[in-house]
Order: sequence, then structure tokens, then C-alpha cells
Amino acid sequence: MTPTLFGRIQTRIIMMATLGVIWTAIIGPVLPRPSVDGESISLGNMYKALYLAVVVVTVVGVVWELIYHWIQQYRWEKDWPTIYGLVVAINEGIVAYLILNAGLFWDERPPGQSFPLPAFLIMFVTLWLIIWAFTNGPMQILSLRWRFRGGRFDPNW
Amino acid sequence: MELTQQLLEMPEWSDDDIVRHQLPIVDTPFVSVGGGMGSLAMVDTLRIAGQPVESLTVLAENAIPSETYEHLANNSQIPRHERLRSDSSSTMDCIWGWPGYALREAVADKKIGPAATVFAEPILANYYTPKAGQVYESVRREATRIGWDRMLRTGIVRTVRRRREGGYFVIHTPADQSGAVPGGPKQRVVYRCHHIHLAVGYPGVKMLGDLQAYREEHQDWRRVVNAYEPHLHAYEEMLRRPCTVVVRGSGIVASRVLQRMIDDRDQRGAQTRIIHLFRNYPDGPQGDKATFRRPVLAGWAKQGFNFPKAAWGGQLRNDLESLEGDERSKFIDAMGGTNTAPRKDWEEQLERGAREGFYRQLIGTVKSVVPAEGNAGIRTVIADRQGGESFLDADFIIDATGLEAGIEEHRVLRDLLQYGGARKNVKGRLDVERDFTVRGTQSGTGRLYASGSITLGGYYAGVDSFLGLHYAALRIADSLAENGFGKKIGPLRSTSQWWKWARNKPI
Ligand SMILES: Cc1cc2nc3c(=O)[nH]c(=O)nc-3n(C[C@H](O)[C@H](O)[C@H](O)COP(=O)(O)OP(=O)(O)OC[C@H]3O[C@@H](n4cnc5c(N)ncnc54)[C@H](O)[C@@H]3O)c2cc1C
Repeated sequence: MTPTLFGRIQTRIIMMATLGVIWTAIIGPVLPRPSVDGESISLGNMYKALYLAVVVVTVVGVVWELIYHWIQQYRWEKDWPTIYGLVVAINEGIVAYLILNAGLFWDERPPGQSFPLPAFLIMFVTLWLIIWAFTNGPMQILSLRWRFRGGRFDPNW
Repeated sequence: MELTQQLLEMPEWSDDDIVRHQLPIVDTPFVSVGGGMGSLAMVDTLRIAGQPVESLTVLAENAIPSETYEHLANNSQIPRHERLRSDSSSTMDCIWGWPGYALREAVADKKIGPAATVFAEPILANYYTPKAGQVYESVRREATRIGWDRMLRTGIVRTVRRRREGGYFVIHTPADQSGAVPGGPKQRVVYRCHHIHLAVGYPGVKMLGDLQAYREEHQDWRRVVNAYEPHLHAYEEMLRRPCTVVVRGSGIVASRVLQRMIDDRDQRGAQTRIIHLFRNYPDGPQGDKATFRRPVLAGWAKQGFNFPKAAWGGQLRNDLESLEGDERSKFIDAMGGTNTAPRKDWEEQLERGAREGFYRQLIGTVKSVVPAEGNAGIRTVIADRQGGESFLDADFIIDATGLEAGIEEHRVLRDLLQYGGARKNVKGRLDVERDFTVRGTQSGTGRLYASGSITLGGYYAGVDSFLGLHYAALRIADSLAENGFGKKIGPLRSTSQWWKWARNKPI
């Protein structure tokens, strides 16, 4: 892929807002649920936690994109190799989890309870693979001009 | 009746002028001139956008879109089983670029290799590139699917002229001359169209000046050859007896020619000695800063494709679009220029050749090329860097610089420069807009577009490549839609058409 900075950010937001939202809805009910006081949390609370993760991965992702863009400047081809698209899941996953686990101010978790790691891991890894696979090909079917515009969706060439 | 000098000297023609000359007129909304890879990309895009075959006419010398390409590729030693120099998603038969050639090869051969290469490139593996034969077959299939033969008229396009009432006239000399009076003028057909697309490929091959001078003065076309022209006789002679060959140029064409000669040494017992003559010898990485640095290995500038990847659709495309004049020309040279692909097998051959002495690099400026004294060879007289003079005798000189002739060499383009309002850009090619409209050629609401190598020097670097031809086609289709010809391809149409493509359903 040969993204531009704007292309990266637009693609990130649109992918999370579409595939991210849909996949989370699908996978939510089957993810392992943590329990509080011996009882599993409700599906509603589970979704709250998962969609919070979607938001964090999106917002923090914009910062990551700035860093990737900077790294890309040191590549002659000004491209973003397919494999990088997978490898960066590691750093992103760790940082997103740390942020989620540290607790955001609207977090309703009881004190001492950590953000559900198994559920986060399964969701994050599967979603990442879906988006990665989609943006490495099928995306071009839906958006014919996307690859020529460095990943931008806005209508300007 | 025949075209008259008077008619040919008029910058614009009216319908009456054509009628007066009793030339048959065929009406068609859109003509693509050339019928090679560029025309295929163009009409493929327009067919997918919804144009019926009746609205599109392809005027071509050859019946098969990949024919000229295959001819040039064969000459420059890329047979069907060899790999090309474009990536997996540069799919000549598929405007979407997915699934790419790698995935298809992996599925067809039931091997994971090609797909794994795309996954690892260019970090853990060199770029995947498709085999020539796979590209040709895919082109044939797509041409059949979109009804190529029904849009195609074979023959030679002689002239393109503006029509006073808007649009253009195209004078065509059909391949089938059965209607012509024996001994009389050629049979012509005039196509009256609203929009035109020119994709005539290379106006011609060009030799290095000193080699051309030698060829003409000594009428020797056998020993001094151009890699783009047929030159198998040279390789055959190298198999019959030990030969010394001088190779000029250090780009992709030179790499192919060297591979052929060394393969023949390795596999067929040739004893060729190769002298590789460099005029410029880069001895360190190229580029002016840490964020713009291209590796150089043993005098060869290396990059995957003829430009960095982002020139086709990333930040480098944006950068180039914002430049004008000399700055644009310089930036194109800095990204492109002479370079070849990093390939382990080529590097191994040349290292071994240097070690064993059958491949030798020399740096110098050629002063002249003359017949060698005493034997039947050719002598290259060279000025070296210290100002001294030396000479090299060889049995063959292969010009692998891949130079192209100027656009005036092509009659239609020369005519457009003279009468059609077209101008040259900073690189001496056709001056086009960002959407590939040829500047100055508008005729009423009609537009004239061009794609391919004749537009190099414009706002897009990779014009002479599969992906670049698709880029141009898409931009032209969008521009046509803005001018009222057809509709832009949106997400729904794109998806439904892709589904048709995937099942090879005719459109
Ligand atoms: C040896 C070689 C290897 C290449 N390898 C690659 C590669 O690996 N990957 C890549 O992306 N690109 C590659 N390219 C670059 C580019 O993709 C090809 O050159 C491609 O064929 C260009 O398409 P085109 O339509 O511009 O020209 P062509 O395919 O050559 O088509 C032009 C056609 O116009 C016809 N024509 C010209 N004048 C007239 C006239 N007056 N009337 C009627 N017909 C006319 C010609 O007969 C010709 O068939 C390569 C080029 C060469 C030479």
C-alpha cells in the first residue's frame, strides 16, 4: 500500500466505523465474559467495554498513523509494506489495552477489576485481521479510486 | 477520392470538406487510437462504466491488445515464462487490481509461494512480479469478455483533426483494402467522433547517437543492435563461437540482456565475454537526503519498479501533481532515471562474472564507434575519466539504453503539434492536464486525451506502465463523465461489475 497521511487517517476511521462496529456486534455475544462477584457481566456491559475499545483503537490509532507516516518517510518507495500492516498490531494492541485497563473517566468497572483481557485479545486480533485483509484487496472493489488516492475516500483526485 | 494537400493543410475540417472529398464517414461517439495496452485499459474502464460496444471504436494496427508489448518483450529477452517488472496488483485485465496475479498464480498452481511473496515483499522477499505469459492470457480473456473484436477496426490511423462543428475527424486507412481501385489511391474511412483517446505506445526506438552514426555510415545493422529490435542472430552467433560483446545502458533492459548472455554461458556452453560500458557510474546511494535515498549496487541503481511505488498512488503522486515545469521534470528524473530491479539471480550472475572475468565493467564516454582494424569487429573509442583515450574491440554492441524516439516521429502526433493545437511538455512529450486531456486540443465540447509514454513529463510519473495506464483510463473516464459522456463508476456499479468480471461474464 502507498498511503498518504490523510489516506491513513480516513481509512482508519472508516474501517473502524464500519467493519469495526459490525464485527464487534457480531462477536460480542460469544466472547468470554468476565464475572463480577461470581456473576458474568451482562451483554450490555460487555458491548460497552468492547465499543470503548473500538473508540480507543480509532482515536489512539490516529496518533499511531502520524508515527507510521514519519517512519514511511525513511522508505524510498514511500510505501507501507503488507507485513508492516500486521506487525503494528502488536504495539497498537498493547498500548490500547494499557489505556483501557488504566481506566477512562467514564469507566464503570468496579475497583480492582481489570479490563477483560481474553475478550479484548480475541476481538482485537480478529478485527485487525479482517481490516488488514479487506484493505489489502477487496477494498479496491468497493472504492475503485482508493488505491490511487493513497487511501483517501474524499472525492478529490 | 484521395486526401488533397489543401485539405491536409487546413487546421480544422468541416463536414462539407469531407463530403467534398468523397470520403466515407462513420459516426462514433468515442475513438481510442492504438489498440495496445493503453486502449484496452481505456475501453475496459468505459465498458465497465456502462458504455455499449456501439459507442466505442478502437482503431489499431494489431488485433490483439498485447501484441506490440509481446513483440518488444520478446526482443528484450522476456519470454513468456520470465517475470515482468510490475507488481501483483498491476493487473492488465482487471481495473480493480484484485485478486492480483500472485493470488491467482498461487491458486492455479496450488502453491503458497506467490501469495507468501506478496505478504513478505519488499521486506523479507523481493517484489512478486507476474510471468509474461500470465499477463498475455489475462489480457486475451478480458478483451473477449468486453467485446473487443466488435469495437476493433484494424488499419493505420493517419490523421486526427478538429471538426469545425465540434469533436474530431480521424482518418483511417483500413487494413482491408479490397475496396480500393487497383493502382489508385488508398481506401480511407473517416471516423467522426466526439472524443478521442490516443494510446499509440512508443513513437519508435532510438539508438545512442554514436551507434546510430556508425550504423548509417557503415550500413551495419548486424553487429550494432538495439535491445528492443529483433537481435536473436547475435545470441546465436555467441553460441557458435566465443564473442566479445559491449553492452551499453544500465537499466532493466541491460539486466535482461546480460541475463540472456550469462544463461547461455551457464546452460548452453557459450563463451561470451561481456564488457559493460557505463557513462555514469553511481558509486553510492542516490538522493539528497535520508528520506530520499535509493540504493546502488555495483553501479546499478536499484528499485522494485521504474519509479518508487508511491508515485502511482501515494504521497509521491501528490507531490508530483503540485509541481510545474523544470521542477517537475527534475523530480521525475530523481524518482526514475536509469534503474533496475533488485533480483538475487541477476546479482549472483554478475558477481560470478566479475570474479571469473567474463563480465567486466568499464566507465567512460564514447567518442566514436568505427570498424576495428584488421578483423571484422567494431571498435569503440572511449575517453576515460582521466582524459585519456582507449579503445575496445567487440563482435557485437548491444544498445540497451531503451531510448525512445521523439513524438514527432509519429505522424499523428506530429500533425497534432502542427495543426491540432497540441504542445510539448518539459520532457518534449505531449503536454497533458492532470486528467490526461491534451492541452490546447479542445474542439467544441469534444476532448482529446492521451495516455502512455507519450505523456511522460506530465503530472504523473508512471504513465508507461500497466497501473499507470489504468490510472489514466480512470481519470479520463471521470473527465468524460464530467463532459457528459457516460457516468462515473460508483461503489455499487463497481461491485456488481467486479462480480461479473470474477465470473468472466461478458458485458
Ligand atoms: C520490453 C518492455 C517491458 C515492459 N514491461 C512492463 C512491465 O513489466 N510492467 C509494466 O507495468 N509496464 C511494462 N512496460 C511498459 C508499458 O506497460 C508497455 O509499454 C505497454 O505496452 C504500454 O502500452 P501502450 O498502449 O502505451 O503501448 P502499446 O501496448 O505498444 O500499444 C500501442 C499500439 O498503438 C499502435 N499504433 C501506433 N500508431 C498507430 C497508428 N497510427 N494507427 C494504428 N495503430 C497505431 C501500435 O501498433 C501499438 O500496438 C514495458 C515496456 C516494454 C517496452
